[in-house]
Amino acid sequence: DPSDSLDFPVELCCRPWRSADRVPISFKVLPGDHEYPKCRTKRTSYEWYIPKGILKTGWMNKHLNLVPALVVVFYELDWDEPQWKEKQLECATRVEIVRQSLQGRNTKVAVVLIQKKTPLPPGEDVIASERAAALCNACDLSGKSLFVLPHTDHLVGYIIRLENAFYEHAQTYYYTEIRRVKSHKEFLNKTTHQLLFVRHQFKIAFFSELKQDTQNALKNYRTAYNLVHELRAHETNMLEIKTMAGFINYKICRLCFQHNTPLDAIAQFRKHIDLCKKKIGSAELAFEHAAWMSKQFQAFGDLFDEAIKLGLTAIQTQNPGFYYQQAAYYAQERKQLASVLCNHDSSVTYPNPDPLETQTGVLDFYGQRPWRQGILSFDLSDPEKEKMGILSLQLKEKNVLHSELIITLLSNAVAQFKKYKCPRMKSHLMVQMGEEYYYAKDYAKALKLLDYVMCEYRSEGWWTLLTSILTTALKCSYLMAQLKNYITYSLELLGRASTLKEDQKSRIEKNLIKVLMNESPDPEPDCDSAAVKASQKLWADRVSLAGSNIFTIEVQDFIPFVQCKAKFLAPSFHVDVPVQFDVYLRADCPHPIRFSKLCISFSNQDYNQYCVVEEETMCLVPGKTRKFSFKFVAKTEDVGKKIEITSVDLILGSESGRSLQAARSFKRRPKLPDNEVHWDTLTIQASTMIISRVPNISVQLRHEPPALTNEMYCLIVTVQSHEETVAKDVKLTAGLKPGQDANLTQKTQVTLHGTDACDDSFPALLPDIPVGDLQPGEKLEKPIYIRCGTVGARMFLFYISYLINTVVEGKEILCRCHRDETVTIDTVFPFDVTVKFVSTKLEHLDRVFADIPFLLMTDILSASPWPLTIVTSQLQLSASMTPVDQLESYVENVVLQTGESASECFCLRCPPVTNASGVATGCYIISWKRSSPVESVPVVNTVITLPHVIVESIPLHVSADLPSFGRVRESLPVRYHLQNKTNLVQDVEVSVEPSDAFMFSGLKQIRLRILPGTQQEMLYNFYPLMAGYQQLPSLHVNLMRFPNFTNQLLRRFIPTHIFVKVRL
Amino acid sequence: MAVCIAVIAKENYPLYIRSVPTENELKFHYTVHTSLDVVDEKISAMGKALVDQRELYLGLLYPTEDYKVYGYVTNSKVKFVMVVDSSNTALRDNEIRSMFRKLHNSYTDIMCNPFYNPGDRIQSRAFDTMVNSMMMQVC
Repeated sequence: DPSDSLDFPVELCCRPWRSADRVPISFKVLPGDHEYPKCRTKRTSYEWYIPKGILKTGWMNKHLNLVPALVVVFYELDWDEPQWKEKQLECATRVEIVRQSLQGRNTKVAVVLIQKKTPLPPGEDVIASERAAALCNACDLSGKSLFVLPHTDHLVGYIIRLENAFYEHAQTYYYTEIRRVKSHKEFLNKTTHQLLFVRHQFKIAFFSELKQDTQNALKNYRTAYNLVHELRAHETNMLEIKTMAGFINYKICRLCFQHNTPLDAIAQFRKHIDLCKKKIGSAELAFEHAAWMSKQFQAFGDLFDEAIKLGLTAIQTQNPGFYYQQAAYYAQERKQLASVLCNHDSSVTYPNPDPLETQTGVLDFYGQRPWRQGILSFDLSDPEKEKMGILSLQLKEKNVLHSELIITLLSNAVAQFKKYKCPRMKSHLMVQMGEEYYYAKDYAKALKLLDYVMCEYRSEGWWTLLTSILTTALKCSYLMAQLKNYITYSLELLGRASTLKEDQKSRIEKNLIKVLMNESPDPEPDCDSAAVKASQKLWADRVSLAGSNIFTIEVQDFIPFVQCKAKFLAPSFHVDVPVQFDVYLRADCPHPIRFSKLCISFSNQDYNQYCVVEEETMCLVPGKTRKFSFKFVAKTEDVGKKIEITSVDLILGSESGRSLQAARSFKRRPKLPDNEVHWDTLTIQASTMIISRVPNISVQLRHEPPALTNEMYCLIVTVQSHEETVAKDVKLTAGLKPGQDANLTQKTQVTLHGTDACDDSFPALLPDIPVGDLQPGEKLEKPIYIRCGTVGARMFLFYISYLINTVVEGKEILCRCHRDETVTIDTVFPFDVTVKFVSTKLEHLDRVFADIPFLLMTDILSASPWPLTIVTSQLQLSASMTPVDQLESYVENVVLQTGESASECFCLRCPPVTNASGVATGCYIISWKRSSPVESVPVVNTVITLPHVIVESIPLHVSADLPSFGRVRESLPVRYHLQNKTNLVQDVEVSVEPSDAFMFSGLKQIRLRILPGTQQEMLYNFYPLMAGYQQLPSLHVNLMRFPNFTNQLLRRFIPTHIFVKVRL
Repeated sequence: MAVCIAVIAKENYPLYIRSVPTENELKFHYTVHTSLDVVDEKISAMGKALVDQRELYLGLLYPTEDYKVYGYVTNSKVKFVMVVDSSNTALRDNEIRSMFRKLHNSYTDIMCNPFYNPGDRIQSRAFDTMVNSMMMQVC
């Protein structure tokens, strides 16, 4: 395999041998008498030396695997060995044998004594130090090269320490090697030793690497790289230069990545490529250059990827994928060049003897031609040999599986681009892989890849690219005689998205028609002739094979050559009219196309049977829109449902031949006008609603709004039929319209029986009240009673449904019609009730006094727009209140018009209480109804809770007995009662102040004492002097113990004025 | 001078692609299409910036061995992609910018045409002429 010669040698690419926590040493166990590679005698002068190449192929291996940096002789010997002398001698002999073998090399030698005893701390074992010195002397070793390995518990610890010591020795060895190579430099001259400059520089760098001095290694490799490009290049040594440049570049890039300077690596690689891109070398072997370029990119991609795996972050625009991609491009170029350059006639035979064969089976120097190794002259001494050499390389190249190489590189790139968010790049590479598989005649794999990426290009609308992919896919399916794929790709290539020329489309269409006629299609252009022959046989087999000849191809995922739009004429149809829709078809192919059947599928498959067109000669003329109209009667069960066209199936071909069913599914689409229609203006209406028949009845509602809180509000529903036949199974649904505030449902009750007040358990909606049948023209009335517990607006629903027979398109159907009415009814308070407390003198009281009578006044103000009848009222007192006299209603059977009010007043008394915050009074119940002519309206009881009242105790209560009026100059007897309300004896000062209108007799001023719970009477005789409303002589009471008891308070209890009539 | 100029709709389908006739047209279609990966990424990274501070010029999208691909995105997310020969080192960033600006202006003129439906493929003689003036002249 000639590609082998371009691969990097293993020695170049190998890695440090061990894990990071141990020193990087490569160990080899060798027998004591192992022969190491012989060291050539040291050159004392380079004057007559002419190098034959840059780098010997064996050199790296020699220094990696054959020539050691350090040889360690392991020898079992304890310090207290009884036969010490003999053992010491044997050890020295062994060391000497090793030394002999390493003659001339700088390799270090060390001795490790394997001992069974644990050593004593250094300096304590006198014998040990003596014998150690003796042994060193015998073996000609420095003390630093003798080690002890006690075979005891801590073996690993000892081993690690030994390793570190060995590592130091090894580093010293490589240091001296570097010095040695450097020392040659002074003997070199620039004319004859150009190659040696590169070789030595490379060696220095390589030794530095072995020394683990990567910084210096990098520096020296860089120098070496520059030196390589300074070499005089010619067609004959171009490969050698490029090979070495490639090696060094690889090393530099790898070290840059290792030093975490990826940008340096990229820059070096770019420089490398720019320098080498044009160094093609022999034109006859140009494929070799492409292969080399491909290799460079691939190797860099690998290094990059490896660095990423070790933690480097790559980005979308700079990731290994680009390098693999470029490697693939060069591999493609190689393939192309090979196809031109290696296009030998089959009669050309491989040269004998093989010019690629060498004596040793390997090359002496990297990158040289086997047939002229070590020849530095640029002139070809033996042109015939050269010709044979080139021929053999070309013939070898012929056998390379290029496609395999390309596909591997492309798939490497795909894996990278997938990682770095490049979906389109990935698709593009997959297309290339597919095409490569096609060239490699692996049509199944090609088709699989192409089919996979096709949709990406289709969904983004890149028709040129899609057409190109489809064309390849069509070739694949032709060559494999895959009927269904062949038809599918043909359909799309004929469609409007395809960018093929008319003649190509025409050819494809003809082939498609042939296939539909069960004939073999013509081969696709530019196909491999052998493959075409094979496929023609396959097609012939297909044709003779009968059976499953119907293919259903779902076309909604791609753009076929027949476009289809379907449209219901209306977004909804009444159940008693036929559903109508149109299907429009249009072909984009170059020739008219015949089809045999058109069928429509619906969401409800029962309708499918009504919508089939089957004719022998249905034809679609390109560019003309064809319309098919359909009509069917919807089923009554589908009322309220949506009917959707799920697919339109177009059948090409005939039952006898091979038929193709193209199914077009509808998602959401556009609709349109008539006959010669403009396709783009057509909008699709793929679904329609079936709605119920229009009802032919009237519904009227009679009521007197607004409703009053808690009353049984009467609403009369009148239904009249205008149908021509009897309406059967009439049902009424009445009540609160669903979907309103949930609280309303609890505060609204509906009943058919208005005579009794309903309670909260009644429903808010009465569904499906059977009403019976309605004859044509018949009228029906139904009273509904509604009780609304809260004020506010409510929507009520009245829904009448019935069954009726009707005829559509000669078909009798029984359909249900319905009509509904909604009404919004406001609910208001029927009246406002105000309550107040007053004294017996009708003065407003904010508090009442214990045991002293007061008045409770109620006032009912009608807020209803309709007259109200107060049936009765009732005062229910709480336990702490006592009526002073009989409680009876004064407003019984009073009718209140809007804005009128009815008042009542009750005299009450409250015993003393300790509760300061107030005393419950009780409640006031008003029984009322609308003053409507309907007798049956039930009475509503409205309960009003009376306010609390604050009760206060007073020390002294004064009351007066006096007539309701006086007469001028007629005696007017007045008796004041002074009642002690406390538990104390009270000193009271009473005085009466005269008034101008009266004379009086009685005690004008007195001081008296009232015992607890008793009362004193004061009797006066007033004698009015003037007529009119006169001020009485005023009584003043002064309580010694209660200075707060003022005359003002007194005025509350006793009259201050009296009306004096004229004497008759 | 460019070797390929493309206008891409907001939905990423091509409104206009023109390339030098000497080269494989399909290759440029693929180059422009794959460059949309980078455009998408740049736009989504830009999404966080304020709309009016947005830079329309996206710069170099990615370099290939042979070509450099530059991008530009309008506020309505219409993209312009320009492919330039890698060997053409004379072309500076500023020149690329001004070429894009010219393209944008010409595109705006098309949008102002009442007979042009936004989203349709561009068929305009004025636009063709302008694009031609920016394309590499092949003798």
